[in-house]
Amino acid sequence: MPPWNPRMEEIPRDELQRLQFRLLKTQVYRLYSFSEFYRARMKEQGVHPDDIRSLADAAKLPFMYKGDLRDNYPDRIFSASRDELVRYHVSSGTTGKPTVVGYTRHDIENWSESLARAFTSCGLGRGDVIQVSYGYGLFTGGLGAHYGAERIGATVLPTSVGNTERQIELMQDLHVTAIACTPSYLLHMGEVAEKMGISIRDDTDLSAGILGAEPWSEQMRERIEDWLGIKAYDIYGTSELSGPMFSECTEQQGIHIWGDLALVEVIDSGTGEVLAPGEQGELVITMLQKEALPMVRYRIGDITVLEDEPCACGRTHPRIRRISGRVDDMLIIRGINVFPSQVEHALLEIPGIGRHFQIVVDRQGALDTMLVRVEISEEAFSDKITDLMVLKKKVENRLRSTLNVAVGVELVEPGTLPRFEGKSKKVIDRRSM
Amino acid sequence: MEKSYIIKQISIFSENRPGRLAAVAGALKEAGINIFAFSIAEADGFGVVRALVDRPEDAHRRLTDLGFRVSFTDVIGVKMRDEPGGLSEIAGVLGDAAINIEYAYAYSGRDAAVLILRVDQVEDAIRKILGSGGELLKASTFH
Repeated sequence: MPPWNPRMEEIPRDELQRLQFRLLKTQVYRLYSFSEFYRARMKEQGVHPDDIRSLADAAKLPFMYKGDLRDNYPDRIFSASRDELVRYHVSSGTTGKPTVVGYTRHDIENWSESLARAFTSCGLGRGDVIQVSYGYGLFTGGLGAHYGAERIGATVLPTSVGNTERQIELMQDLHVTAIACTPSYLLHMGEVAEKMGISIRDDTDLSAGILGAEPWSEQMRERIEDWLGIKAYDIYGTSELSGPMFSECTEQQGIHIWGDLALVEVIDSGTGEVLAPGEQGELVITMLQKEALPMVRYRIGDITVLEDEPCACGRTHPRIRRISGRVDDMLIIRGINVFPSQVEHALLEIPGIGRHFQIVVDRQGALDTMLVRVEISEEAFSDKITDLMVLKKKVENRLRSTLNVAVGVELVEPGTLPRFEGKSKKVIDRRSM
Repeated sequence: MEKSYIIKQISIFSENRPGRLAAVAGALKEAGINIFAFSIAEADGFGVVRALVDRPEDAHRRLTDLGFRVSFTDVIGVKMRDEPGGLSEIAGVLGDAAINIEYAYAYSGRDAAVLILRVDQVEDAIRKILGSGGELLKASTFH
C-alpha cells in the first residue's frame, strides 16, 4: 500500500531538514513575539531567535517539562487566542494538577494527518473497519484515533472502553479488521472472547492492532501476534504532542516520527547533550507546527534510541525504537542505566518466581550494589537448599545478562513484596539516604 | 508395605530474619499442632524449616493461610542404636545401594535417637534398611 502522503513521507532527507529548519525558525520567532512564557525562557537561557542559524542550533533552545504545563495551569502557555481554539483535552495527571491541551483547527488537522499516515503505514485504508477502543472524552486516544481513521476513509467503530463482551460481538458482527487500544486491553479482550467461546484468531476478521498509551514489550507483541493471529503495531504519543501521533509501519522497525510535524532529538538525561543516532537516551520533541500549545524541546521523560537510517518501507523520516523506560524510573548502577521494566521483563521469562519484585540499590564503599528481591512460587519451592540456590543463581545470571550489571537476588516469602503501590516501593535507593 | 514407613514432613520457606521461626511455631501452637521434630537449614538470606507434626495437613493449611510457602516432603525415620557405629551402619547400607541422602537431622525419640532422612529413592531405602535389620518408625507413630 502506498504512503498516505508520498510526497512528504518519501521526501529526500536533506529537503526534509531544510523544511524542518524553516519551520523551526518560524515557530521560534512566533513564540518569541507572542508568548511571554517562551520569551522569558529564551532570555533566561540567553538565546535569541536570530541565534537559530541551522537545524543543529535547536540544541541552544531551552527545554520544556511537564511541570511547565502544570505550573501554568490551565492555559497560560497557550500561544493562540481563545477564540481560535476548537477543542480541549485534559490529561488526568496522576500526580498534582491535570494538564490542559488546546487545539486550533490547524492543530486538529495536523494531528489527523499524522495518524492518517501512521494508519496507512500499518496497511490500513478504505475498506477497513477500525474499532477504536481507546477512551473517548478528555483523553486524547479515542478522538485522536477516530479522526485519523476517518481521514483515511476507513469505517470507524467508536466503542471506547468498557463492556468488553459487547465489543467482541460487534467486532465479529461488523467485521472489524483493526483495533486501536492498549495492549493490555486487547489481551483482556482475548481472554473474555475465549470465555464466550470465540477465538479472535479464527472467528473474527481482526488482522491488526494499533496498540499504545502504555508501556509494552517485544515479548508482549509476540504473545499478542501468536495468540490472536494479528499484526501488533506500536503507536506513540502523549497529550502534550496532541495525543497518539506516530506509529510503526508494516516493517515493525521503529516508530516513524514525521519530521515536518516534529523535530526529534535524543539527549543524555544528565548533561542535556544531544546524542548521536543509535545511542540510548531521553526523547526530546519539538512540535514544529503546533499553534495552540507549541511544545519546544519537550522532555516527555521517555527513554529511546533514535534511528536515522531510512526505513525499508521507503519513508525517509527518522524513527525511534520502542520506549524502553521512563527517565524518572531509571537507575544508574555503576554507570550503567537500568530500568525496572527490564527487570520485570527478565523475571517474566523465568519460571518459578512470581512477577512481583523489589529493587534495592545500595553502596558498599565506592561500589553500587543492586539487589532484586523475588518471591518464590509454589511450583519452585523445594525443601532442598541446593535447589533453591540453583534457582537464585539462575535468576542472578539472567538479570546480569539482561542488565549488564551484577545483581544479587534474594528469595523472599510470598506476599511480602509491594503489589500495586507503584514505583515508590518497587525501588529502594539507599544511596541517597 | 513400604508406604507405611513414609512420613509426611512439612517444609516451610522462611526468610532469614528475626521472628520468622516464632511465627511458624506460634501458628502451630495456636492450632494445637504438636511438633515432634524440626530442623532449620539456612542459606544466604533464606532458610527452610522442616518439621514432623501430628497433623501435617492442618499445619500446611494454617501456614499457607498465613502467607507461608509450604510443601510436603516424604522422609523416613530410622531408629538409631545408642552405640558407636550406629550412623555409619545406616549410611553404609544406603551408600552401597547407591541411594543418596539429601539431608538428615536427628531428634531424640521416646526410646531411642531417631534419624530423619530425605533420600532420593524412598521406597528402595526403606527396603534396604529393613532388609539389613534396621528399624524404621511407622508414619502412624506421628500422625
